[in-house]
Amino acid sequence: MATSAPTLANAAISAQNMVRRFGHFTAVNDVSFRVEKGEIFGFLGPNGSGKTTVIKMLTGLLPLSGGSAYVEGLDVRTDSEAVRERIGYMSQNFSLYYDLTVEENLKFYGRIYSLEPARLKRRMDEIVQLNGLAPYLNRLASQLSGGWKQRLALGCAMLHEPTLLFLDEPTAGIDPVARRQLWDLLFELSGHGITFFVTTHYMDEAERCSHVAYIYYGRLIADGTPNSLRELPDVQPPGTLRVEIITPEVTRALRFARHLPGIRGATIFGQSIHALIEDRFNLDDLRQQLLKNGITVTEIRPLTPSLEDVFVELTYKHQALLEGARA
Amino acid sequence: MRNYFRGFGAVFYKEVLHVRRDPATLFFSLVIPLLQMVVLGFGIDTNIRQVNTVVYNADGRRESRELIDRLKNSDTFHIKRYVQNDGDLNDAIIAGKARVGIKIPVDYSDRLLHNMSAQVLVLIDGSDSSVAGQAINVTTAIGLDESLRRVLQDRSTFAVDMRPKLLFNPDSRSPNFLLPGLTAILLLNVTTFLTAFSIVREKERGTLEQLFVTPVRPMGLLLGKLLPYLAIGFSELCLILSFMRFVFQVPIHGNVFLLAFLSLPYLFVSLSIGILVSSKANTQSEAIQLAFLTFLPSIFFSGYIFPRETMPTFFYVISYFIPASYFINITRGIILRVAGITHLWTDGLALFLIGSVLLIIAARRFQNKVIMA
Repeated sequence: MATSAPTLANAAISAQNMVRRFGHFTAVNDVSFRVEKGEIFGFLGPNGSGKTTVIKMLTGLLPLSGGSAYVEGLDVRTDSEAVRERIGYMSQNFSLYYDLTVEENLKFYGRIYSLEPARLKRRMDEIVQLNGLAPYLNRLASQLSGGWKQRLALGCAMLHEPTLLFLDEPTAGIDPVARRQLWDLLFELSGHGITFFVTTHYMDEAERCSHVAYIYYGRLIADGTPNSLRELPDVQPPGTLRVEIITPEVTRALRFARHLPGIRGATIFGQSIHALIEDRFNLDDLRQQLLKNGITVTEIRPLTPSLEDVFVELTYKHQALLEGARA
Repeated sequence: MRNYFRGFGAVFYKEVLHVRRDPATLFFSLVIPLLQMVVLGFGIDTNIRQVNTVVYNADGRRESRELIDRLKNSDTFHIKRYVQNDGDLNDAIIAGKARVGIKIPVDYSDRLLHNMSAQVLVLIDGSDSSVAGQAINVTTAIGLDESLRRVLQDRSTFAVDMRPKLLFNPDSRSPNFLLPGLTAILLLNVTTFLTAFSIVREKERGTLEQLFVTPVRPMGLLLGKLLPYLAIGFSELCLILSFMRFVFQVPIHGNVFLLAFLSLPYLFVSLSIGILVSSKANTQSEAIQLAFLTFLPSIFFSGYIFPRETMPTFFYVISYFIPASYFINITRGIILRVAGITHLWTDGLALFLIGSVLLIIAARRFQNKVIMA
């Protein structure tokens, strides 16, 4: 056990300066973060930014090129087998055996984790109950709809009572109702002390996490609660204000607003424009300027940045940094 | 203590379910080799008989007709046509209507009667070497025989009388020679494909990735996948042997249980090849191509069709690395030559060693190229 680092004992994941290189390419560059027990940790980032590589390192599939990582207090570099006993993993393509029934899939994973028959039976009953799989036990996995496949995959991943579950894009390609149900289930399980490491591209899901981190080209560029990220200086620079301009003429308004001095950025959201403006601007002045140019304004009101705003701002900033470094 | 075979039972259970859920695949993998055996067993006769022949007999007298009769009686030649000039003789061969053309010159009988040497021209189509070889042998032998009779005149016995005796396959039946070898090729085919496919399918579905995040050990996974297909391969062997014995009437002179026992290391080798293939291939079509890459050398360099001893040194050395070489020696040895364990244990051991080396390489590759990919 990790006697040398006592604080690790209460962390579900503790990664320090993790590095992974593939030849000359550095896929994960000096990444450090910490996930507390019972958290729902949202791990976000564009495709190809290193999310899967981080998961593979934490689950002991890929050796680290540098740094260290502890999962449930165990060093993944030396104890990956013990780590795998305690974690569950569900990939985005619901790794089920389609020619096996629901019950056979569950049984197989139970045997993989060497659950003794009595415990396997108890756990199967619990999982079936929790996931509502009872009516489908004898159905082939291939005949289930996307949402049910996902529930079965989740069931298989948690049969051995892991304390930490990695869910890699668990809601990709399933309908909104099933998505909502999955998140309800995650909250319930999280209440029982299970930690979740979730990757997703859906910002509404990110908003539901208790802790989010954003990885961009191998570097972790944001890490904190959703609210703490909204207040980052890169997202909300001092002397600026984020506003929502509600107008029936969004396209025309956007074209105009982008050329207005004092407006740092603007983008369309349905029937409104989200803009980052300098706070020397009086909201009434802004309304007057728009009206003068024949743009009807229903309302202008201050806005807290969404996580999408956060990540878009951070991405632009780091893109500029990367390009600056290349030039 | 670490259990290197962890997950074996679970994987074994699952593979059995896969096979039971898909009886069509099982049926075809068992029946198609039998069909191949029927086609090859009935269709291929390596004994050269009744070669199409044209004759230009410019002489036409008794001596020349006797020679032609002798050629006919050899069973090697089937005289299709008589022509009346050199041009037609040539054309018949070029057009592929005949493999052999025989020209008996005008003065054949005259020269023989005057105790002079008479020449007979034998044109042979060299585009098929086995036919050509047989034609040369038979015509030379008939020529020699004919000459000796004339030289010796009334003396009825030859000074040296060679009496060759064919052991083990006295009738020179093609199936007796071909089918034991074919058994090795068919077994390799079935088991390599089944194993390679069962792993590559999991790669395609993403379930393999899932398994690696569980405490399953690579050896437990591989053996769990190997054993069910080893059982299928073994049933296939039994089917093939029964078919060979009862449909093609190939007598099994040796101990059939020894054959079954020695097939185990061979099946082990071909399953390991399957795993090796699957560590490289990411899709089922890639797996098919890679598997074929192993079949062709097994057919051509194993002694199945061409004797290993006649190969150039380089390929002869290569044939030692081809598992089918050893198993063909085992099948032909037991089925035809009544070989026992004392004759064949080295082949069995060689197969076992090759299989172990391949499995270790496959497991390593699996660790590095598949799990860590």
